[in-house]
Amino acid sequence: MTDPAPDLLRIEGLTKTYPGVVANDDVSFAISKGEIHALLGENGAGKSTLVKMIYGLVKPDRGGMVLHGQAFAPTRPSAARAAGVAMVFQHFSLFEALNVAENVALGMESPPPMRELAARIRAVSEDYGLPLDPARMVGDLSAGERQRVEIVRCLLQDPKLLIMDEPTSVLTPQEVDILFQTLRKLSAEGTAILYISHKLEEIRALCDEATILRRGKVVGSCTPRDVSAREMAEMMVGAVLTPPARAARRDWGDAQPALAVAGLSVASPIPFGTSLKEVGFTVQRGEVLGIAGVAGNGQDELLLALSGELRCAPGMVQCFGKPIGHLGPNERRAMGFVAAPEDRLGHAAAPDMSLVENAFLSGSVRKGLTRNGFIDWARAKTWAEEVVAQYDVRTPGTWVAARALSGGNLQKFLMGRELSQSPEVVIINQPTWGVDAAAAAFIRQEILNRAQDGAAVVVISQDLDDLLEVSDRFAALNEGRLTPARPTEGLTVEEIGLMMGGAHGMEVAHHG
Amino acid sequence: MDLSSINPAVLIASLMVASVPIMLAAIGELVVEKAGVLNLGVEGMMIMGAICGFIVAVNTGSPVAGFLGGAAGGAVLSLVFALLTQVLLANQVASGLALTLFGVGLSSLMGQGFVGIRPPLTSAVDLGPLADIPVLGHILFRHDPMVYIAIAVVAGVWAVLRFTRAGLILRAVGESHEAAHALGYKVTRIRIMAILFGGAMAGLGGAYLSLIRVPQWTDGITAGAGWIALAIVVFASWQPWRVLIGAYLFGGISVLQLNLQVAKVPIPPEYLSMSPYLITILVLVIMSSGKGRKALNAPAALGQNFHASR
Repeated sequence: MTDPAPDLLRIEGLTKTYPGVVANDDVSFAISKGEIHALLGENGAGKSTLVKMIYGLVKPDRGGMVLHGQAFAPTRPSAARAAGVAMVFQHFSLFEALNVAENVALGMESPPPMRELAARIRAVSEDYGLPLDPARMVGDLSAGERQRVEIVRCLLQDPKLLIMDEPTSVLTPQEVDILFQTLRKLSAEGTAILYISHKLEEIRALCDEATILRRGKVVGSCTPRDVSAREMAEMMVGAVLTPPARAARRDWGDAQPALAVAGLSVASPIPFGTSLKEVGFTVQRGEVLGIAGVAGNGQDELLLALSGELRCAPGMVQCFGKPIGHLGPNERRAMGFVAAPEDRLGHAAAPDMSLVENAFLSGSVRKGLTRNGFIDWARAKTWAEEVVAQYDVRTPGTWVAARALSGGNLQKFLMGRELSQSPEVVIINQPTWGVDAAAAAFIRQEILNRAQDGAAVVVISQDLDDLLEVSDRFAALNEGRLTPARPTEGLTVEEIGLMMGGAHGMEVAHHG
Repeated sequence: MDLSSINPAVLIASLMVASVPIMLAAIGELVVEKAGVLNLGVEGMMIMGAICGFIVAVNTGSPVAGFLGGAAGGAVLSLVFALLTQVLLANQVASGLALTLFGVGLSSLMGQGFVGIRPPLTSAVDLGPLADIPVLGHILFRHDPMVYIAIAVVAGVWAVLRFTRAGLILRAVGESHEAAHALGYKVTRIRIMAILFGGAMAGLGGAYLSLIRVPQWTDGITAGAGWIALAIVVFASWQPWRVLIGAYLFGGISVLQLNLQVAKVPIPPEYLSMSPYLITILVLVIMSSGKGRKALNAPAALGQNFHASR
């Protein structure tokens, strides 16, 4: 008797330990041919380590894998690729200064000559509705297009198992739909897909089976269509979640908005960056404006222009009717601005400096941490300790370097540092990037509390959940332009997707 | 002042010779930087190549063995840099500066018994009838083999970087080491090989100084040529053919200033001899002002250390 659906890949008791942390503890599950299998878990649950073991980037301490009925222990990615395993990375695998064809060639075992490769890229990308020009520089592509490069790179190798690590975090809802059609088509052709995500509705829409990881262990499996997103979330977090509470908004009766931006056009100082074009919006006290957009559409530049790191004409940015576009960060801080950039290590924090020093760097103006030109270390330390206690930052002390904290903990510290400066205007880019669900809920609640206290808040985020939960009004950045702000209540996902730029020229797969 | 004493044909012929050391060192450094490593020790590797090449050539009587010895000397010193920056993850700028200081000192020690000795002569390549072409023959076809080898190395580097998979992988490593690592390329190994190549080329350039250009051993024989080579890489915006142009330009300036001194131009000779270095500084300032690294076409991971943490 033959097995009707033989396992393509079976994982048996994989264990991987890093100093101080068990990344994967006795993980077992199986994927059959043509199955779309979700790997679900929070940040740090061990999803990435697991797929790196399958792709040969990390060697397991114990346990084994069986692929096509044979033992499978890749020591290098090239061995995994030769066995028919392909992977689309979340980030870190494209080269901006190389063109599309060169990027594809680097991910293949024995690429054909460039001209032939370019023709094959064209053919495959059009078959699957992912049009790509092989001669373009990757640095000039949008996030969605970059992902197409990665997918096409995998498809050219005719994979049996395609691993996708958080593929939709950079896509608009319309682009996600097209991606899903491509994946379903691949699955119908017999390719198994291991799909990593923490977006539950997507998994319910796409996946046949799901394995849920928590702290490196398999804590459950389910058929996503048959359970609710809430049930999956609670399996993933291991606790009951409460959405943030929002009090009724108060009318502050201001004649002028706390923050008004009009006709803001500045060139990007970042290589391969996006310049801002005629951006305009207003935010009242007590109001939260959410700004959505796919990465690289001007979010970083908008934050720079609002924080004062990037200066513009005075009238382009106004605070209670006062032109401040020409003022630098410290002058704006003195007026009540606080800003939290996206990049935790390098922009928001100095990685090798201690938490006290990092607290001082941003808070010295508003918290009065200098005396006669000298740093008041005692007060800086007290304040840093308050932030640590209040925002539940897990750290041995405030003397440790920012680099030593885990991403989620550092994010909590940085959010706390900005939000506890009794701000008038708050500008945050990616407030919950890389933090777990409980911490994300806490940060969102704190943002709402600041608005309640009378701050005008601008939240820039690629995470629509962030924006839908906290914002009163909603706008989207697309290629450096901002859509008019609309009330968040009553917006549908389709409308949001269109505001974010729709499908960016992608088309539906029309293969075969 | 007598400018008529400057013969353009002789000038061009001698600038081709004068540019060989900086061209070799610069093309080597270009490969190193394309792999994402900034080795500021070019001066040190050059001078080690100069003394090692000199010692080998004097002891064996063979200029060919001398050049091989020079390349080996530069490569061995670059291995110290590779160990420091790629294995021990030391800061590249500091290690490179230290390498220069170390190389200059060590070469001076090694060269103590060799001052005043003449190395074996390297003869010009016999290109037969080509050398007899009027004017052109004298300018282009009566040089020693290293002049042509240096041009061939530039052409080779260009072809490898542009057309081969090895070149693509090298560029990829210099562009983003994380991405290259994620795709399974051995970042550290590739970089060490690039550093060795850069060291060998710098050593070859140094040996050319002590065996042909000067030709004898004196302390500090490179006299800043390594720094000029570094500037040429930036001037060339990391493109091999522009290294050739840059090397001829700087070689030309250093020959011209000698000629101007001979022609008794009423400018103090100190100003003339500082001119190549002054122009180096000017070029670096102009090239790096304004538009940042993208305009310069610099490898994105230049100067960053890589460690495969997970």
